[in-house]
Order: sequence, then structure tokens, then C-alpha cells
Amino acid sequence: MISHFLNLEWKQYFRSAHWQKSIGIKIVMVLFALYFIVCFVAIGAFGYYILKKKMPETDPLVLVNSFILYAFLGDLIFRYLMQKLPVMNIKPLLILPIRKSKLVHYVLAKSSVSFFNILGLFFYIPFTVVLIKEGYNTVGVLGWLFAIILLIQSVNFLNFLINKNNIALGVLVATLLSLIGLQKFNIYNVTAFGGKIFDAIYANPVYALLGIILVAVLYQLNYKQLRSLVYLDEAVSEKVVEANAADLSFADKLGDVAPFIKNDIRLIWRNKRTKTVFLMSFLFLFYGLIFFTQQTYREMPAMLMFASLFVTGGFALNYGQFIPAWDSAHYKMLMSQSFKYRKFLDSKWILMVVVTAAMYMLSIPYLYFGVDIFLMITAGAIFNIGFNSLFLLFSGSFNRKKIDLNKSGFGNTQGTSATQFIIIIPLMLFPMLVFWLTDKFLGGYWGFIVVAAIGVLSLLCKKYVMNFIEQKYIENKYVMINAFGKEA
Amino acid sequence: MITVENISKKYGKAEVLNVASVTIPTGQSFGLVGNNGAGKTTLFNILLDLIRPTTGKITNNKIVVNESEDWKNFTGSFIDESFLISYLTPEEYFDFVGDLRGMSKVAVKKFIAQFDEFFNDEIVGKKKYLRDLSKGNQKKAGIVAAMMGNPEVVILDEPFANLDPTTQIRLKQIIKTLTENRAVTVLISSHDLTHVTEVCERIVVLDKGAVVKDIETSPETLKELESYFAL
Repeated sequence: MISHFLNLEWKQYFRSAHWQKSIGIKIVMVLFALYFIVCFVAIGAFGYYILKKKMPETDPLVLVNSFILYAFLGDLIFRYLMQKLPVMNIKPLLILPIRKSKLVHYVLAKSSVSFFNILGLFFYIPFTVVLIKEGYNTVGVLGWLFAIILLIQSVNFLNFLINKNNIALGVLVATLLSLIGLQKFNIYNVTAFGGKIFDAIYANPVYALLGIILVAVLYQLNYKQLRSLVYLDEAVSEKVVEANAADLSFADKLGDVAPFIKNDIRLIWRNKRTKTVFLMSFLFLFYGLIFFTQQTYREMPAMLMFASLFVTGGFALNYGQFIPAWDSAHYKMLMSQSFKYRKFLDSKWILMVVVTAAMYMLSIPYLYFGVDIFLMITAGAIFNIGFNSLFLLFSGSFNRKKIDLNKSGFGNTQGTSATQFIIIIPLMLFPMLVFWLTDKFLGGYWGFIVVAAIGVLSLLCKKYVMNFIEQKYIENKYVMINAFGKEA
Repeated sequence: MITVENISKKYGKAEVLNVASVTIPTGQSFGLVGNNGAGKTTLFNILLDLIRPTTGKITNNKIVVNESEDWKNFTGSFIDESFLISYLTPEEYFDFVGDLRGMSKVAVKKFIAQFDEFFNDEIVGKKKYLRDLSKGNQKKAGIVAAMMGNPEVVILDEPFANLDPTTQIRLKQIIKTLTENRAVTVLISSHDLTHVTEVCERIVVLDKGAVVKDIETSPETLKELESYFAL
């Protein structure tokens, strides 16, 4: 049975309608993966000696142990944002003689060999080898490694449990913050406590077996949750959503783009995935708090610029990069209607600009961190409105991936995948670089001025740029219709 | 034999299906008709354990469908194109289904060869993926796959829709042959009264989720149904 599944996945992957088109992104991803692997192996191999040299009086293993708990919590948050349960289109398999339990076991088993689980091992295994070489108790070290592997698997399954639940994420973040707080204000020594657990496992490797119980329990919970989802009506069984006809007549003032704007607002509000994107943009508003409060980042202007761009640009970035795939289900219908392509694009642009401007208004409390920070956010907002909104529209003309808004899917489809993060990089790195260069060589307010100027300049050229973008969309019309019509 | 007992399905407060009792004896060709939203597909979905009923149970050859999955071994079905594996070629799909139903590759080939006329040279050997076939051709592939591995029960949702007239006639012939020996129970839903009355010996009419008519097909059935739906 497993060979069947693997065979199907192999074919699905290589026969995917957009396989060739996304090969560039795949290569970049592989390079990223290789980079991380090399880094992890290097840290694993040399970490021991570096720690020994820097802090000769502490045992490197004890030092590593004391931070492992944080590493796992951080890992969990990272996974929450990045890792999705492997998706499998199970619908065709439901009517065939395949047990539902097998499908669920397969999906779960597949998740346990995901890259997220393997990456950490590139650090832990070399580290283990070095420890054994340095004369640590072999059984103890291996037991320690075994416990780590089990914990990685536990985190893997825990992630899927909380992935459906925003409250769970909140609890998790709160736990992490309070742990850091307890540590920082010397109320309770969490680091030492976490360290003790792992020290104990090294001293007494039998404790590692407790990890098996943890994995088994989490696996079972996942199994139960997923097994109850292997039905077609899962998405609607809980509640039937009543069509809520909000009054959108305010949009009529926008003239001939109004119908599109109204539709976009409905699209965003009535679909789970788009709604998440919209609500997430408010979370991005708080992104600055992470950076502006840290003294370390205060001295890294480029990072502050990064944060500033995110504060106002969360929506534009997350929504914009999928234009026009949001409309992929009815793209054919749109293309057979009589309207100017320009209006369609304009409406998307207005939406991004309006939300970005609104986010800017909401970011005014950042004045608390000083005028400089607020000026930076201002420059970021101008850049987002002027340059990024247009660039996102442009990059949208390369979108070939259909988004199925109605599909609740088997597993979580709303997470942000690594692919999208890569697209974001040029949007962020470019202004960061500009800011860093001007700030370093010209100093003063030049950094803000130049970044904002690029935004203003783009805005002034909007008409010409839009002509170009429109042309691009019209050129790609048939390819897009074809790609959006296909199953992923 | 298939027994439906007190099956109902509610989405929130809206009840979309409520069938007190229907028994389909082995070998019967059973037709389900009704307007859009009458609950035909919902009933089939519950029968195939694709959705869970709010109350009641369906038994397929003594197996309660939402308690054991053993009924899958003798039940073939096709609901719509989304149940095909879109990135396989039709041959690969047949091989896959055949494998799951315990057929060898040779047996699959032999079985498929019977349908050459039905496929009209548009499906096998075209080097196309299922997703690139037309809706009608996708349907043909799905219907044939549903009949693989000597199933005792075959369930087809709207099999005549999207098919060209020639294929419709051929499909009717195939269904008639299937039920000839009275060993295979065939369940069909359709909007097309003519087709259904032609191939089914019993017709049940659903309206707003409830059974409103349960008739044995006779030469007058078509008229009776037409006058019922004419309203």
C-alpha cells in the first residue's frame, strides 16, 4: 500500500502542471536547504570546541542542554508558521478499497520524515560524534541523542495539533515569553531546570524511553483528530455559514473600479484563507515590537528597516503575492466579461494601498519608541505603497498556481510556505540594502529620505508602470487561464 | 442487499435528507430521481461513508457502512470527476484501481478491452492525463473503473450527464448487461427520466430529502414521473 502511495506522490509531483515553471524556485529552495545543512553540520562539529574555548569552566554539553528547551520552543513556533501537514488529495482514494486509517497513518508517517525533523539532526548527530570522541559516556550520549530525536518528533506532532488553533499558538507564545521573563528577572531559573532534564538523560539514558510515551500520545491525538476529518462534509458539518450581505455601498464612490473592490472585499471576508491573511496583517503590526525593543537590533539599522516594512506591509505582502491566484477559480469567467483589465488591476492596487495606509495610521503608537523609529515606519509605508504594491502586481503576472478558496483540504492549507518567503526577500532586501548603504555613507536622515523617495518616485510613475504590468497580464492571459483551470 | 434505516442529515438547522426506510434487494437496478437539492448525492455520499449521517444507518450486505470499511471490497462507485486521480493517465488509473481490487495487469487489460466501443478510441492509448480529458471522457473512465473487480454493488451518480447521445445509449446497454444475471445491485441517480426508466426496475423519487414515490418500473412509469415533475 505504501508503495502505491509513494508512486502516486512521485507522479503527482513530476506531472504537476506548474512543475517546470517553478523549477527556479525549487533550485533556490534546495540551495537554501544545503546552506542550512552546511551551517548546522559546522555548528555541530565545531560547536563543542568553540564553547570549550569561550567558557572553559563549563561543560559544553551542560551548556547546550540548558538551552535545548528554548530551542525546541522556538522550533515549534517556526514550524507553526512554516510547516504544513503533508497534503494528499484523498478524495479519489475514499471510494476505493483502502482503509481510512491507512491514509491517516501514511500522512502522519510522512510528516515525521519532513525536512524540519531532519534539519536539526545535522546539528545533533555531529555534536554527538564529537562528544563520544571527546570521551563522554557513549551510552549516555546515545541515549541523549535518542531523546532529542523523540523530542523532535514530538514537536512535529504537537505542531499539527496546535496548527488548527490560534489560541494554542497564543498559549505557546505566552509560555515562551513568560519563561524568558522568569529567567530574565531571576524569579525562577528555567534554563537550569531545562538543563537538568537533559543532564539527567545523559546520566541515566533510560529516561530517554519516556520520550517514546510522549511521541506515542501525541501521535495518537493527531490520529484521532485526522481520522475524524476524513469525510467530505467536514468543512460544513459544524456550521452552515449564512451569507452575510454587508453594505458595501461606500465602495461605490470609487467609480468604475467599485464592482471589483466590492468583490475583493467579499472574497477576503468570506473565505477562510483570505480572512486569515487579512487578520494576520494586524499581527504584523506588532512585528516591530520584537525589533524595536531589542538593543541589539537598535544598532542594526537594516534590520529595523526590515521590521518597519513589515509593520505596514503585512497585508500587501501576503495578499499581493497571490494576485491574481485568489481569483483563479473564476478567472475564466472574469476573462469572458467585458471590462478593462486595468480596472481589475487597479482595484487590487487600491486595496493594497488603502490597507497599508490604514496600517500606517494604526502604527502611530510606535512614536513611543522615538521619532526615528516612526520616521522609519513612515519611509517603509511610503515604500510599500509606492514600490511594493506595484512590484507585487507585476510579480503576480508570473503566478501560475491555482488557489482553491473553497477547499478546506486534508491538513492545513493556510500556512505560509517557504516558497512565499523567498518571493518576499527581494521586496524586503532591496529597501534594506538601500537604507543600509545610504545610512552608512550619508548618514543622518538620508536613509529615510532615499527609501521614501523610491516609493514616491514609483508612485509618480504608476501610470507607466501599470501600463507595462497590464501588458504583461494580457500577454500571459492564456497561460494563466490554462494553469488556473488545472488541478494542482 | 442494502438497507437504509432512519437516515437523516442536517447541516446546522437545515435538514437535507430524511429517509425512514428503503431496502434494495441484491440484483436490483435502482434509480434515484429528484430535482436539484433533493438529496440524491447526499444519500449516495452517506452510503459510501463519505459523509456521516446525523441519525440512522445504512447496511450494505450486512456491513454497517460507517462502522466497518469491508464493504469497499465489493462496492464500485463513481460520483464525479473529482474522484479521479487527475495526474494519472487512464491506463495507470485502471491499473491502480485494478490492483486495489485484486486484479492482475493482464486481467485489467482484458477487462478494459471490453469497453473499446464505449471509449470510442478517446481514452486508452492517448498518452493524456485524466485532467486533460474532456468532462465526458473523464466520466467514461470513472464509470468503467467503478465496474472493475466484479463488484456486487455499483453506485453511479448522474452517469448520463455530460455524455454524448451515442455513449448514453451504450452506457444503458452496459448497465443492462451488468444487471442481467441479477448478481450485481446497481444504484443510479439521474435527472433524466427517460434514461432512468429505461434501465432501472425500481425508481425512488426524492423531494427535499424525503422519499415521495417508490415505484416499480412499468410502461406507464415515465408518464407518471413526468406528470409528477411537471407541476
